[in-house]
Amino acid sequence: MKTLAELRAVLGERPWLDEAVAMIRTEPGAIGRLFPAAGRKCGREPLADAPGWSADEAARAVLLGALPPERTAAEVREVYRYGDAAEKQAVLKALPLLAIGGDAVPLLQDAIRTNDTRLVAAALGPCSAHLDAPAWRQAVLKCVFMGVPLSVVDGLDVRADAELAGMLASFAEERRAAGRDVPADALAVLESLREG
Amino acid sequence: MRIFDPHIHMTSRTTDDYERMAVAGVRAVVEPAFWLGQPRTNPGSFADYFDGLIGWEPFRASQFGIRHHATIALNPKEANDPRCRGVLDLLPRYLEKDGVVAVGEIGYDSMTPEEDDAFAAQLALAVEHELPALVHTPHRDKARGTERSLAVVDESGIAPGRVVIDHLNEVTVKVVRDTGCWLGFSIYPDTKMSPPRMVEILREYGLDRMLVNSAADWGRSDPLLTLATGEAMLAAGFSDDDVDRVLWRNPVEFYGQSGRLQLSDLDGAEATFAGNSILRGGS
Repeated sequence: MKTLAELRAVLGERPWLDEAVAMIRTEPGAIGRLFPAAGRKCGREPLADAPGWSADEAARAVLLGALPPERTAAEVREVYRYGDAAEKQAVLKALPLLAIGGDAVPLLQDAIRTNDTRLVAAALGPCSAHLDAPAWRQAVLKCVFMGVPLSVVDGLDVRADAELAGMLASFAEERRAAGRDVPADALAVLESLREG
Repeated sequence: MRIFDPHIHMTSRTTDDYERMAVAGVRAVVEPAFWLGQPRTNPGSFADYFDGLIGWEPFRASQFGIRHHATIALNPKEANDPRCRGVLDLLPRYLEKDGVVAVGEIGYDSMTPEEDDAFAAQLALAVEHELPALVHTPHRDKARGTERSLAVVDESGIAPGRVVIDHLNEVTVKVVRDTGCWLGFSIYPDTKMSPPRMVEILREYGLDRMLVNSAADWGRSDPLLTLATGEAMLAAGFSDDDVDRVLWRNPVEFYGQSGRLQLSDLDGAEATFAGNSILRGGS
């Protein structure tokens, strides 16, 4: 995973971003108007040197990283609360890079409640380790149900357990009864859990 | 025929509508924030509604290859409820969003002093956030409401070319045309305007600054009346290029003034993985 400093370096020369970072350091509340503008100011193209990140996502991570530690959790919550889908996705992606630990959980829970595949997927990154076991299993099952590939689930191999296997098996049975396909990645997980 | 519906309340429509619209050639829409039928009683209710306009609804539209944008405002009807005035304080956050291409719908419903205040304050926000403005004209006492709206727009200092005055008809078209504002027409099954009446107005006043919308919402309305208007134009002798101008290039030009219209790679299926929740039946 990239660090915030590495993401900033990959973005190269960005006068708007430097100015925005300076403003947020002085007045953290300024992030409310700067964060939504990041896509228009920094572009949205994928970053070749930071696989999986686009320019706006990286810039937004850098903006969040500029918040003073004592304000980070509160401002991240506000930015997420009032974010559009792209902003919410960027917050979720940046969470592991911000030292907010368990404060991430309500945001993850909100994202998992949505019906937006991008947000559900983004909630299952490294911070999903903070979700308790029942919530995590339900989120994995929701991915299967929505057609989100299970490769987005961080630490799936380590955390998948017999309870999840039971849930996936029931899901597969229901799908087959309806004459519908079961996603191959779900079957693979089920198989490996049975073997284990 | 490619169609940009510059005013449609998709929140109130079904996925069947999105499907039919896509087949009819609708590739882009603007959804203005307005009234939901049931009056709201607090700002939080609006925040959730605005979130839908910049979150869930664009996602839903993208499943059908339709690009969705929004306009955000406290509408005139609910501006009269003191419990909703706090919505004005929420607006600066939302007016910075990528998908927000204007301030609207603002304007008059019953022409009260409260509506005066909200209207003027939100035109000032449009100037501050460098956005165009979408002005709703009242359904009752329309001629007087339109004239009063034009006076408020003039006083605000916003450039007339950045303002659309909407829901016009034969009676109100001329006074708006003379100001340099854009002219919006809502085509409805049996009120407001009809496709044949719209064609007559285009014949008489030309195609400059003309916007045609369905304004489809939770009332009796039809999201395909933009298409019907295009067909009525062709039947009346207008060219394909004329239709494209009214139903595509004009709205692109008007809302393009926001600098936030995103119409590139419209055929790309963004926001999907291998499958997606809506086409699969939701969760």
